[in-house]
Amino acid sequence: MSGISMPKPDAATLARRAEIVADMRIIVPGEGVVDTVNEMRAFESDGLTAYRQLPLVVVLPETVAQVSRLLKYCNDRNIRVVPRGSGTSLSGGALPLEDAVLVVMSRFNRIIEIDYPNRTVTAQPGVTNLGITHAVEQDGFYYAPDPSSQIACSIGGNVAENSGGVHCLKYGLTANNVLGIEMVLMNGEVVRLGGKHLDAEGYDLLGVMIGSEGLLGVVTEVTVRILKKPETARALLIGFPTSEQGGQCVADIIGTGIIPGGMEMMDRPAIHAAEDFVHAGYPLECEALLIVELDGPAVEVDHLIGLVEAIANRNGATTCRVSQSEQERLTFWAGRKAAFPAVGRISPDYYCMDGTIPRKELPRVLSGMRALSEQYGLGVANVFHAGDGNLHPLILYDANKPGELEKAEAFGADILRLCVKVGGVLTGEHGVGVEKRDLMPEMFNDIDLDQQMRVKCAFDPNHLLNPGKVFPQLRRCAELGRMHVHRGQVAFPDIPRF
Amino acid sequence: MSTVTPTTSDEVLAAVQWALAEEAPLEIVGHGSKRGIGRPLQAEHTIDLSKLTGVTLYEPAELVLSARSGTPLAEIEKLLADNDQRLDFEPMDYGPLLGEAPGRGTIGGTLAANLAGPRRLKAGAARDHILGIHAVSGRGEAFKSGGRVVKNVTGYDLSKVMAGSWGTLAVTTDVTFKVLPAAETETTLIIRGLLDDNATAAMSIAMGSSAEVSSAAHLPERMAGRVLDGKLGGDPATLLRVEGFGPSVAYRLGQLRQMLGNAGPLEEVAEEASRTLWRDVRDVRPFSDGSDKPVWRISMPPANAHHMVLALRMQAAADAFYDWQGGLVWLRMEGEPEAELLRALIRKFGGGHATLVRAAPAWRAAVPVFEPQPTALAALSARIKAEFDPKAILNPGRMVHSPDSATLASAAEGAMS
Repeated sequence: MSGISMPKPDAATLARRAEIVADMRIIVPGEGVVDTVNEMRAFESDGLTAYRQLPLVVVLPETVAQVSRLLKYCNDRNIRVVPRGSGTSLSGGALPLEDAVLVVMSRFNRIIEIDYPNRTVTAQPGVTNLGITHAVEQDGFYYAPDPSSQIACSIGGNVAENSGGVHCLKYGLTANNVLGIEMVLMNGEVVRLGGKHLDAEGYDLLGVMIGSEGLLGVVTEVTVRILKKPETARALLIGFPTSEQGGQCVADIIGTGIIPGGMEMMDRPAIHAAEDFVHAGYPLECEALLIVELDGPAVEVDHLIGLVEAIANRNGATTCRVSQSEQERLTFWAGRKAAFPAVGRISPDYYCMDGTIPRKELPRVLSGMRALSEQYGLGVANVFHAGDGNLHPLILYDANKPGELEKAEAFGADILRLCVKVGGVLTGEHGVGVEKRDLMPEMFNDIDLDQQMRVKCAFDPNHLLNPGKVFPQLRRCAELGRMHVHRGQVAFPDIPRF
Repeated sequence: MSTVTPTTSDEVLAAVQWALAEEAPLEIVGHGSKRGIGRPLQAEHTIDLSKLTGVTLYEPAELVLSARSGTPLAEIEKLLADNDQRLDFEPMDYGPLLGEAPGRGTIGGTLAANLAGPRRLKAGAARDHILGIHAVSGRGEAFKSGGRVVKNVTGYDLSKVMAGSWGTLAVTTDVTFKVLPAAETETTLIIRGLLDDNATAAMSIAMGSSAEVSSAAHLPERMAGRVLDGKLGGDPATLLRVEGFGPSVAYRLGQLRQMLGNAGPLEEVAEEASRTLWRDVRDVRPFSDGSDKPVWRISMPPANAHHMVLALRMQAAADAFYDWQGGLVWLRMEGEPEAELLRALIRKFGGGHATLVRAAPAWRAAVPVFEPQPTALAALSARIKAEFDPKAILNPGRMVHSPDSATLASAAEGAMS
């Protein structure tokens, strides 16, 4: 494990492990408690595999009542809890703690209700993202957010991470497609936020829960909006001699009033890795490759393809191919979708970053990245959700070489600092988790972070739920609540008064 | 009583710190265009944000716009329109309904009230488009959340907590919204003569089709005559809006005609007339009658709401029309608000919430204006409030009955009996 320090394990909890395991078996009878080292190995890390830790015990509850009892039990005894969905987090959001109960929600795997008149699906949180689409696709519907792990990632995990995907510029993130949740607070209380109706009657707690990375509550049910599948989709594959031209093309497409269903860019190293791997027919001589997918009625797609082609040519595209069949569209995507494994072929290991930048800063960020690449002596390939400025640099390294992981992490941190410097953010869709936790001060000052932690205090005043994630340093709620105001010592504001 | 009119965020900070030191409750006001919504306030002092103005960043190609919170919404909409863009969530204007002039309101108020419009199902509300904020909490601290890029999951989304918080958590000083291209053209297909249940079914079919209907509303008998200067006549009108590029709009209208041709007589209203029609629906023109008869804004599952309305009418005189495929009900009561009856029926027919957006002040003091929450959720919301505003100095009592407004409420109840 590299340099990030996790909360110090609580000795009292560790000492009571046998008793806690026995109590867990009472709360979740049957096969739902895993406590042997061998069996717990499967849960020691998530998608951020550089970090590993065995939990105190793994519990797989089956009912809301069990989740409620479990959390209340832990809350009353000051025992930490880490929730986990499918364990596909790329930021270490589900990384276990030595003294924490790992609550795995995979047995919550049922679709509860499909409601076509209201176009909603209500599912348990362990249902996969793609499982929701599978439940309704025979009737022509789908669930729009499509993170690349959608075959495995759970909808509960999507709520925790506010997951996106390649279609989110047009169709929104998880936060824009979830209507309601049921959740259990750390004190065992069961709360419903939203439902099949829109908007909150009070504070938008659903809005803060989505993307809260498992620090506020454990989600036990999710209601999402489903959409009718677009009639058709076609893609353009466009090559440019420079990333500036590619970036300008994206800006012009949006400037023309077109919001494509998907718009992805790859740089030269990523293009070559992908082409070598899947032979999608990508042009190898270009510096930037753009995939623009247009979806909707055929007449609209045809109309827009004409517009996009003209914009591409105006921006100096060296190749511009339009998919003529569904097969060809999928081939265009095959390279992009295989970009991560393709990079995995050319390097023993890679480290995936996730900053977002104002799109116009792309050339500056890419050239900055090249300089950093030389400085660190590590290669980097870039895939880029071009429509929304979400950049995924893949840093190439070899974990077997001593010091290379640390070097890759330092390189990644510098890339994210660069993203923030040009007006961007640390993470567009993968979450802060453990990985970017200590970079939070790059974006937020103490006051900003304290206010976020105070929201945590409203949900979990003892900081027992998923500690060590998101916040560089969890401050005690009592300390956060203290006010530093003294009557008469605040200067009377020198502003117009009437 | 005094009013502070800051022109910079530092002045907002100083004003809140002063109020905190004095423990003097503050009313937070932009243009005051929505002042009549919520429980009546008795704040000693007012922060008037109408001079905290100006668009600070607008990059059409990046789809972002930042402005100081007192910037007039109308000014922002004009700027966007000049660049063929818009706030896709189509914020409504409460002015006409509340007997105020139309076209007022600030961008900060747009967020604080989580405004939306007929495009809500497809495009979302203010909460779905807010990217970042700067604000001053009731603790007298200036904080920020979010950013200025359209995709961001860094830290908790405190911007969304501001949406619909009605100025009770923090004073927002700067907002950044996602903006989107305006549609090239729009046409509304109107089905005439449907009763509420058939209209609901038709809207559900249309919104669940690949015709990409961006808005669906139903104006029952008599309501239809109160929009578009009466040009539609009084027969029930079920409205389906299709927006986008010309050839696509024409094609999708054809699809809808085919799908719904047997539902009833079809009419079309295009371009400017269509835009006016939807503005009238958005701004509740049918109930903009200059009166203070109670008006409820009700959000329910779209397919269920008309059952609730039917059941309510068995027991109380009310007019209603529907937006959001039926899921948004605007309800005007002939007599009393009938809050308990209405809320029981909402629970019975699938859940949701009702906000009493118009009523005489005495009613607003006596009846919970916002839907009361179950105990655990209400307690959680109260804890959130306390974490932002521990001394309850920001718009105290506007959303929920707070201890210090108890005297006011009981006085109002006395006045009603």
